[in-house]
Amino acid sequence: MDILLQQIVSGLATGGIYGSVALALVMIYEATDIVNFAQGQMAVVSTYIAWSLLNAGVPYWAAFVATLAVSFVGGLLLERIVIRPVEGAPVLTVVIVCIGLLVIFNSALGWVYSYIQKPFPSPFPDRPLRVGNVYFGAHDIGALAVTILVLIALYCFFQFTTLGLAMRAAAQNPTSSRLCGIRVGWMLAIGWGLASLIGAVAGMMVAPIVTLDPNMMAGILIYAFASATLGGFTSPGGAVLGGLIVGVIENLVGTYVHFIGTELKLTVALAMILIVLLVRPSGLFGRTAVHRV
Amino acid sequence: MAPLLEVRGLEAQYGWTKVLHGLTFSVEEGGITTILGANGAGKTTTLRAVCGMVRTRGEVTFDGRPIAGRATEDLVRLGIAHVPEGRGTFVNLTVEENLRLGAYARGGAGLGDDMARVFQYFPVLMERRRQTAGTLSGGEQQMLAVARGLMARPRLLLLDEPSLGLAPLVVREIFRIVRTINREQRVSVLLVEQNASLALRLASHAYLIETGRVVMSGPAAELRENETVRRAYLGY
Repeated sequence: MDILLQQIVSGLATGGIYGSVALALVMIYEATDIVNFAQGQMAVVSTYIAWSLLNAGVPYWAAFVATLAVSFVGGLLLERIVIRPVEGAPVLTVVIVCIGLLVIFNSALGWVYSYIQKPFPSPFPDRPLRVGNVYFGAHDIGALAVTILVLIALYCFFQFTTLGLAMRAAAQNPTSSRLCGIRVGWMLAIGWGLASLIGAVAGMMVAPIVTLDPNMMAGILIYAFASATLGGFTSPGGAVLGGLIVGVIENLVGTYVHFIGTELKLTVALAMILIVLLVRPSGLFGRTAVHRV
Repeated sequence: MAPLLEVRGLEAQYGWTKVLHGLTFSVEEGGITTILGANGAGKTTTLRAVCGMVRTRGEVTFDGRPIAGRATEDLVRLGIAHVPEGRGTFVNLTVEENLRLGAYARGGAGLGDDMARVFQYFPVLMERRRQTAGTLSGGEQQMLAVARGLMARPRLLLLDEPSLGLAPLVVREIFRIVRTINREQRVSVLLVEQNASLALRLASHAYLIETGRVVMSGPAAELRENETVRRAYLGY
């Protein structure tokens, strides 16, 4: 029972990270119909920025905030410079551009930082938290809390600010948004900035668990795809919830189904993508897309 | 008095297909002007061309300033609110959010007052303010579209076929409100319509276009009496 509880909490912690990356994917997909395959790799870049700052002696939370700021601006510039020219291009073009970004970032990181794994510090204490007879990893709890805080902040931004409203409008109906005076192009760029920021949080929270290397996010991106598919690629809330579900299932299956263990965990994610696509392609909370021909 | 909107030799094309062939018309300050025409005559394209939503050539001046080639996003800041064909409602957002977006370009000063004023004209929107726009009836959505346009405090309101797909009673109600708004708020209106009889009763000045050209123009009362217009567009 205690082990089950521990595994669920640690599943929620990693699930929150999958959910965050899934949310970043969904945000961009909703606004531009682009599936950003470079999302995970962008998060690794952010994490390396944080690592460099920490190595230079910057205190953790200062480095954390600075990384978020740099990631936001970086995501925004990426949209303006790289994605904008292929806006409206055929899907394959955009996919190739995103994969190209992935490869470029990956190689650049390997070149600058080498492919050797680097330990990444956690801002939370090493000592586990004890609740009754159950011990929880402090980083698990902390990461979950940080993820939840970021999600709440995002929700409030989109729900209660004029800019958030304008961004939702631009994603939904670009033509009407322009007629209202909304600069749709900039809204999309800000969306990329926010997605990049969310990825940065996910990267910094997951790095202490998996250690930092240029391929750190490769597996996590697949979990994020599983999360987004499960929750529905058109539902931000669904993507987050999907992430939590995937995280918990992954952990429980890894613990209790012995032939899967840690080696075959990723297969679970792929199997989940397959099952969801077969049984309920729009995901748990997604809309079914209807196209007029 | 110089016209508020003046359009000269307006041409527009989609891809290789030219849709407008040198349209010339104007909208008087404070008046209601209508452009009539059958399906495919270029009515919607005319409004889209004025708002820079389609590739165009020709002169467009608003309040004495040339605006041809300006970005669509800028026009609402100059005082032109375009209520597009098919209403352009943000269906997943609430009525209130739709109205807030209408005031977006102004920076939202006096938002509460404007919303209260808009609710006076469209009381039903007040009742439905927390509902998502997609749950409204067609007529209510059209009202919301007009209301959203008003939230920008425009000097010129462009209405693209507000009667489309609505019951006659609802259409009459909406036209009545447009007239009131025109009088009370001193908002000039350019109305594009297929429903010629209603439009000619509302407007002071009318243009008739066929395949992208103005074929007739004059005071609305005159066009209403015109034999050709009566046969072809009024149907009696």
